[in-house]
Amino acid sequence: MSDRRTENKIEIRDLTMAYGSFVVMRDITVSVRRAEVFVIMGGSGCGKSTLLKHMIGLKRPAKGDILYDGVSFVNAPEEQQQAMLRRFGVLFQGGALWSSMTLAENVALPLGEYSGLSAADIHELVKVKLALVGLSGFEGYYPSEISGGMRKRAGLARAMALDPDILFFDEPSAGLDPISSRNLDELILQLRDSLGATIVVVTHELDSIFAIADNALFLDTETRTMTAQGNPNDLRDHSEDPRVREFLTRGEVRSEPAPSAS
Amino acid sequence: MDLHPGPPQLSVTQEAGDTLKVSLSGDWVSQPGMPGLQEVRNGLDQGTKTLTFDASQLGQWNTGLLAFLLRCLALAEERKVTFEGDALPEGARKLIGLAQAVPEKKDARRQEARPGWISVVGQRWIDRFAGAREILTFIGENILALGKLVRGRAQFRWSDTLVVVQEAGPEALPIVLLINFLIGLILAFVASVQLTQFGASIYVADTVAIGTVREMGCIMTGIIICGRTGAAFAAQLGTMKVNEEIDAFTTFGISAVEFLVLPRMIALILMMPLLCVFADAVAILGGFLVSIAMLDVSATEYINRTIEAITLQSFLLGLGKGCFFGILVALTGCLRGMQCGDNAAAVGQATTSAVVAGITAIIAADGIFAVVTSVLGI
Repeated sequence: MSDRRTENKIEIRDLTMAYGSFVVMRDITVSVRRAEVFVIMGGSGCGKSTLLKHMIGLKRPAKGDILYDGVSFVNAPEEQQQAMLRRFGVLFQGGALWSSMTLAENVALPLGEYSGLSAADIHELVKVKLALVGLSGFEGYYPSEISGGMRKRAGLARAMALDPDILFFDEPSAGLDPISSRNLDELILQLRDSLGATIVVVTHELDSIFAIADNALFLDTETRTMTAQGNPNDLRDHSEDPRVREFLTRGEVRSEPAPSAS
Repeated sequence: MDLHPGPPQLSVTQEAGDTLKVSLSGDWVSQPGMPGLQEVRNGLDQGTKTLTFDASQLGQWNTGLLAFLLRCLALAEERKVTFEGDALPEGARKLIGLAQAVPEKKDARRQEARPGWISVVGQRWIDRFAGAREILTFIGENILALGKLVRGRAQFRWSDTLVVVQEAGPEALPIVLLINFLIGLILAFVASVQLTQFGASIYVADTVAIGTVREMGCIMTGIIICGRTGAAFAAQLGTMKVNEEIDAFTTFGISAVEFLVLPRMIALILMMPLLCVFADAVAILGGFLVSIAMLDVSATEYINRTIEAITLQSFLLGLGKGCFFGILVALTGCLRGMQCGDNAAAVGQATTSAVVAGITAIIAADGIFAVVTSVLGI
């Protein structure tokens, strides 16, 4: 087990993201270990969500590579990419549930397409997934009939449908009340601990960042590149970059990094 | 972790003290042919007091195991058997706790009683009347908005109108020209087959001219604009409804009818007659080409007959009808858009319904026009 934990699950190498000739971020190199919660943070509009879209194959990088388990995702042939995508689960910002289907159908669709399980087994699994996110009994509801927070949780149940190795969360706490947001954070940690999933979270919520992140990446809007990587607690106290410390202390800048405790 | 690979298996053993032990082995990863619950159920039915597990041979697992365990738990609870999960992997125990943290919402399941046929019929009529009322209200709102516009008090921007004019007018012109040209050709072909039998092939010009100017020009243009622009109106407004943009207008005290519907209405009222003029011209051109190519009618003769056949009355009637059809398309498109539900499927339904209602309204209105004009002798 211990050797697995040190393995790199995700590696981003020298990634440059661009919309046409407009470069969003350049020279991002980072690695994420297995069963780790990795947070992508930064100010609004810095390209956090864009990085996530690159990681899940919705956008192609202008330069560089993204590797999962040491295999290039960017350069993989179409079929292999599809197979890799099946090991991802993505929770989109607004849940992105398919509005013409009930919650149960939303979760069951990927299972029906890819798992080969019988309808009865799928029904059982769907119940379990919805129970895990606290939505037992809402199987027959349509997304338009439930609240935004519930939609988000249902989106998570769908993201977990295929028991993915890697879960991606785009702004999980956006639009949630503090308690729901905290419950979601705990759920994220539970998923990591219980199922050994690697988790990538895009967020700028400081409370969440400190609560869940094992490893974090800071994207800086002005320099258009990553300026820090590491555990957010360390970064807050010891980062060389004042902007990173400013971000992590909600703008209460400390002019000098605190002396290293160790 | 890979020490015990293999398919998921379970064995059930009765132990002393009325204990049932379920031993799990292999990789419990969701896959077809997972072990069923039958053995556990049979075991539990033999007066067991406690259910325990042995997971020492368990390989990898995921929510497939969790589904199995939760069903075991439900069986145990039904039979008042103690569920001892201490031997299970810690992660699995935590997830079981999590799955039970929020009790199932019983009243969340909806019991939909099947209504009797009388209430179905009644409900349908009530919906009909409500729908008719909504249409009348919408038309009323539009008339009021037009009144406000005339007095210069409407919340309305000409820049928006110009954008719609561009979309509904010049951008629709190519397809309007193509379709009407073809209609002109077809009319001339059909007429020539009949009229040459009487040696009256020169009257092809009359048929095409009167047919297009009075009827076909405005009807075909109306139908094309309904399918093209009316559908776009319904989809645009429907999407705005889904995104709560219409609600946003309401909260600012801006009338959605004045701000969104009026520009579209004005644009179509302005553009439809113009498109009709082009439609008439190309349809006559189509008839002209067929006649001089296939019948022994000279170009001047054809043109002279055409000019004689078209009266100012029928020309203006065609334009007036075009204008009215434009109003119908704007009304149906915008009404269906504003009535749209709040999800993606509803936008599709709104668009479909806008096109169907628009075309039906155009044809029905044209029928009424035909009766009225013939009675009035126009």
